[in-house]
Amino acid sequence: MVSKSPTNPLVMAAQALFYGLFAVIIAIFSTWPDYVHLDGDRSLIKLSFSYHGEPVGECRERSPEELAKLAPNMRVAKVCPRERSPIRVKVDLDGQPLFEGSAPPAGLSKDGASTLYRRFEVPAGEHLVSVKMNDNARIADFNLVREEKVTLKPAQIMVIDVRKDHGGIFFE
Amino acid sequence: MDSIRQGGLALLQRIESFFDAFFGAAGNPWRHLGALGFHFLWIALATGIYLFIVLDTGIEDVHTSIEYYTHEQWWLGGILRSLHRYSADGLVVVMLLHILREFLYGRFHGFHWYSWITGVPTVWLVYASGIGGYWLVWDQLGLFSAVASAEWFDWLPIFSTPATRNFLPGVLTDRFFSLLVFLHIGIPLTLMLALWVHIQRISQADVFPSRALALGTFVMLLVLAFVKPTVSHGKADLSVVPTVLHIDWHYLFIHPLMYLTSPAGLWLIAGGATLLLLALPLLPHKKQGPIAVVNPPNCNGCRRCFVDCPYGAIAMLPHPDKPGHELARVLPELCASCGICAGACPSSTPFRSVEQLVTGIDMPQQPVGALRQDMERRIAALSGPVKIAVFGCECAARVGAVEDQGTAVMNLMCTGLLPPSFVEYALRSGADGVLVTGCREGSCAYRFGTQWTEQRLSGEREPHLRPGVPAERLRVAWADRHEMSDLKAALDVFRENLKNLGADEMRLRPYTPRRIAKHG
Repeated sequence: MVSKSPTNPLVMAAQALFYGLFAVIIAIFSTWPDYVHLDGDRSLIKLSFSYHGEPVGECRERSPEELAKLAPNMRVAKVCPRERSPIRVKVDLDGQPLFEGSAPPAGLSKDGASTLYRRFEVPAGEHLVSVKMNDNARIADFNLVREEKVTLKPAQIMVIDVRKDHGGIFFE
Repeated sequence: MDSIRQGGLALLQRIESFFDAFFGAAGNPWRHLGALGFHFLWIALATGIYLFIVLDTGIEDVHTSIEYYTHEQWWLGGILRSLHRYSADGLVVVMLLHILREFLYGRFHGFHWYSWITGVPTVWLVYASGIGGYWLVWDQLGLFSAVASAEWFDWLPIFSTPATRNFLPGVLTDRFFSLLVFLHIGIPLTLMLALWVHIQRISQADVFPSRALALGTFVMLLVLAFVKPTVSHGKADLSVVPTVLHIDWHYLFIHPLMYLTSPAGLWLIAGGATLLLLALPLLPHKKQGPIAVVNPPNCNGCRRCFVDCPYGAIAMLPHPDKPGHELARVLPELCASCGICAGACPSSTPFRSVEQLVTGIDMPQQPVGALRQDMERRIAALSGPVKIAVFGCECAARVGAVEDQGTAVMNLMCTGLLPPSFVEYALRSGADGVLVTGCREGSCAYRFGTQWTEQRLSGEREPHLRPGVPAERLRVAWADRHEMSDLKAALDVFRENLKNLGADEMRLRPYTPRRIAKHG
């Protein structure tokens, strides 16, 4: 049986050893092994937007009879459907399809913004990026289009976004 | 699953016994993992105060301010930062070991359910606290963690706008860092509240490690801070993806796991693990025995059971008939059915002349009166040159295996149920020696059974063994379930010692109770 006296050299050495081992476990896994999040020759394209689609139907003028039925303070002549169109998206990279999908409007009444976030790891270098969107359910084709040749540096992030005040689709 | 758990427990107890040899039970880190967790948390909180003072929360300044105190003020800010980081890492390590240990000891069902269930949210809070700390540094690692966390939470339909959009170029503002600081203080404070809830159903919770263990681990962290000071990655750049990262796997392993699977996959893993932990108390398990029962005529309101109960399951209420007196009352939902209260009751002394020994607080499944009868019968039946009475514990080394014609075995629910006067009674009833065994300190299924028994027998705790009892005729040999051979060896040595002691040397005067003398 080992004497548990703290002055016993064997006890001191053993304790130092165990504390050292504990420290090594903490230290090693606090920085090692390295995690390679993205290979050095790759870049990242992020498709991300938060965008209100157009109303699903046309606005119309209320008839005088309809207006008469409403309370005086509610008599707004123009009425529009509350529901927004989903945003349809198609992204091609160098002529090959990268993503195709649809972002529905948020909210119980489907009157909120359509949001989307996707990340694509692509080889660094020059690419032809083609993005097509439809924000109006009354139009069959894509009504927002942008096609551009971009050069991505290794580890660079390129964001594909859409905003009305940016003139539609833009790359950043 | 139970056989795997038992196998793991045997291995763990061997490790704990090994560490006992060098640290002692009080300083053995394996036996105080919860207390060590608190210790690491205190260090992280204390060092965090200084780091909060010197941190500049501006988006452009946060990294610069951290770099300043890491490199220019390394002797204070740098060391404190490293202590902050490594104590947080240590907290995760001991927390995970604590969960594993409590699982192996089976402390997740029955009366343990409350501590187990309330412990589960603390795991989330520890990780939330730690991961938020990495964001604050706002280096490439912090950016990576922030984006990965946002991508993970975006999978849940809780944000009207994806949280990841906050990390697109040009979106972040200084307010984000003010929010982060608020969260990095608020979540640890919530963690402390959760820990307070976690320990509510245990009395005298082990939240402070022994001085030696606290000092040892602190020096360990300090040395680590000097040898391998914590440094940042390069400043976060929202237009670039961090490629190779020196990741802190203690906390940030969830991010590579998510990229290896998917956000949904990580939710499945994390949610599944959480549900599994929460469901463990529902799995079939051994039914808990009847709870302690107070016998008011024999309770004098001394409070010893109240003080000794490991789970705060006893309340002292005003005596209904005796003004100024108190009466013990058992709180059924907290009682663990361990019997430690019966061992603490001064009315449990077997020297009482009553025919039917009824004590102030007792266990229906192993009443003190029945224990006295059993002991008298077994000692009377002993033969051979050396007669030994052994008091053991159901949870420890199986004492039944050492029973023979010279050895009477009394198997208790917990050694803490043993009133110390039983030792003297056994010696006066014909036993040449008494051996008390049970779980090692820290292994006790009911927390304090071993500790209280040891203190009662050494006279440090009431009710204590009378000083007239010769120490040569009492042997205490703690042995966990796997240490049967150690128990047998201790018993053999004790028997030899008693043989050498001689029949009349250091022997107490025999005592025959009147009720036995009268009835034979």
